[in-house]
Amino acid sequence: MEKTVNQKAWFLVLPVFLVVAFSAVLPLMTVVNYSMQDTFGNNQFFWNGVGWFKELLDPSTDLGGRFLTSLWRNLFFSAVILAIEVPLGIVVALSMPRQGWSVAACLVILALPLLIPWNVVGTIWQIFGRPDIGLLGYVLHKIGLHYNYVSNDLDAWATVIVMDVWHWTSLVALLCYAGLKSIPDAYYQAAQIDGASRWAVFTAIQLPKMNRVLLIAVLLRFMDSFMIYTEPFVVTGGGPGNSTTFVSIELVKIALGQFDLGKAAALSLVYNLIIIIVCWVFYTVMTNAGAERQVKKGVA
Amino acid sequence: MARIDLVDLAHSYSGGEAPESFALKPISMTWRQGGAYALLGPSGCGKTTLLNLISGIVTPSRGKILFDGVDITPLSTQKRNIAQVFQFPVIYDTMTVRENLAFPLKNRGVPRPEIDTRVADIADLLDLTPYLWRKATRLTADAKQKISLGRGLVRSDVAAVLFDEPLTVIDPELKWQLRSKLKALHRALDLTMIYVTHDQTEALTFADTVVVMHDGRVGQRGTPAQLFDKPAHTFVGYFIGSPGMNIMSAEVSGREARIDGHIIALNRDYDGFRPGIKIEIGVRPEFVDIAPPAPGLLSANIERIDDLGRIRFARVRVGHAKFAARVPPGFSIPDNVAGLVFDTSHVHVYADSLLVEGSA
Repeated sequence: MEKTVNQKAWFLVLPVFLVVAFSAVLPLMTVVNYSMQDTFGNNQFFWNGVGWFKELLDPSTDLGGRFLTSLWRNLFFSAVILAIEVPLGIVVALSMPRQGWSVAACLVILALPLLIPWNVVGTIWQIFGRPDIGLLGYVLHKIGLHYNYVSNDLDAWATVIVMDVWHWTSLVALLCYAGLKSIPDAYYQAAQIDGASRWAVFTAIQLPKMNRVLLIAVLLRFMDSFMIYTEPFVVTGGGPGNSTTFVSIELVKIALGQFDLGKAAALSLVYNLIIIIVCWVFYTVMTNAGAERQVKKGVA
Repeated sequence: MARIDLVDLAHSYSGGEAPESFALKPISMTWRQGGAYALLGPSGCGKTTLLNLISGIVTPSRGKILFDGVDITPLSTQKRNIAQVFQFPVIYDTMTVRENLAFPLKNRGVPRPEIDTRVADIADLLDLTPYLWRKATRLTADAKQKISLGRGLVRSDVAAVLFDEPLTVIDPELKWQLRSKLKALHRALDLTMIYVTHDQTEALTFADTVVVMHDGRVGQRGTPAQLFDKPAHTFVGYFIGSPGMNIMSAEVSGREARIDGHIIALNRDYDGFRPGIKIEIGVRPEFVDIAPPAPGLLSANIERIDDLGRIRFARVRVGHAKFAARVPPGFSIPDNVAGLVFDTSHVHVYADSLLVEGSA
């Protein structure tokens, strides 16, 4: 077959090239460029090679220490909220009604926290927890608990975690609910006839049928909590001290607080890399699980 | 193992009291222990409702269900000792075939050694032994349906095993195998089996008693031969048999039926029909032969011939009524007009769709 050669076709692709270049490639390359340099006032730049990266991964330096501490803090935070939100989301989904007007009511109520802008969520909890005018803080003080998220590490952590659970458990619950709704009635009827207990129905039918939506829920919640910035920044500002300073907060402190663009650029590249790797691992696990299912279907 | 009695059982999904809101109109019926029964009827005739009432998935709006004389209507499905096999195979994904089969026993706290022997026995009956240690999700649809079936049979004390169109998703060739397997299992295990289907071949080959249902009612209950020879309702005549029974409106008096001014002799005496009742005669295509047109024979226009291989049926038209008749072997088909020869001993009379016996 003869192909027509028309170089003008490049003009048609050009807009896409330009958009991608300006929106993704150039900014990223700027960051790569910054990460290799040290910056001073008056736009003076000095070549630093991979110096920042070496420092970043060395806990004995200031930069490395701050990065690694916030990284572990952030991973711990993600683990805690996953450990709470996933089981809680499943329980909420299981106890939701299956039919009638109450389904719509439940869905709307569950969706509400998801629709609130993140800094508003932060503000709500910031006020909610204040001992003078906040309902939660005031009540806790009245019963004699010395709750103060501004000065107490544990209280600050508790506030940030409870806030995240309040904000995001709905997402897990809605995903699980969708998974549960897709189970045909015959499974429940067969389980009844087989004399299965409530727990056996859960482990033998509901959990296995939900595993895909759960995987998605875990991925979404992990990524989001690993990148969390707005809510803890509004509530605690990363404090008291550095106790709730997560990676993104640390990054903003370095970039905008100290104006160390080189260090911040190196940190954001590594941060980005971690997220991409985790995403890739999840994606592979998910598609593999899917592929395995396909193979099974092929056999059937 | 039990005799099942249905006493004035009826169900309405809407909870309404009007007769037409009932998916299952009141029926009373006894099923003996060890029988093989089929519930046959078109979609929406109430057969699955009846099955779900027996298994307890649905609670009846009216009436009682007795197992061996004990009223079990208020009992939950778990407590009824019923096994049910559904239209689509239900498999517990995470379990092996062995665990799937053991599940109903494990849930009831049966001791381990007993579970092992029961599972081994049932796997043997169903030819599942080679797959016992495999994950159940990796098997074919018919193997999965066998597992569903096995879970029903594994308990030795079930009152009855219910089948809700269990062969729907199975390939035609395997359908035969599974059906004969079911028949063999019925003989081997002495269980009461109730089989719901809309496929008459399945019903007639599986069951010794077939209950034909129509519009929430029982049209007729009998052996396959009875359903074929003496349909109690025009619906049964039409639904059973392929092609179904010919039903034509006629005037009947004494030993004669009159169609289009033509007289068909009847074997019995029919008299005293109230005026205004719809009178029909019914005769199976197998008992009407096509013949060359002759005076004294009801004449019909041939529309087409269905050659089923072993037997040929002519689709004809008498006046406006459609009719099917047998083409005798070796008979060459006349142009398009033929006479119909009736086997009078198989011509039945129906008043308002119900069989009238007539007097000798």
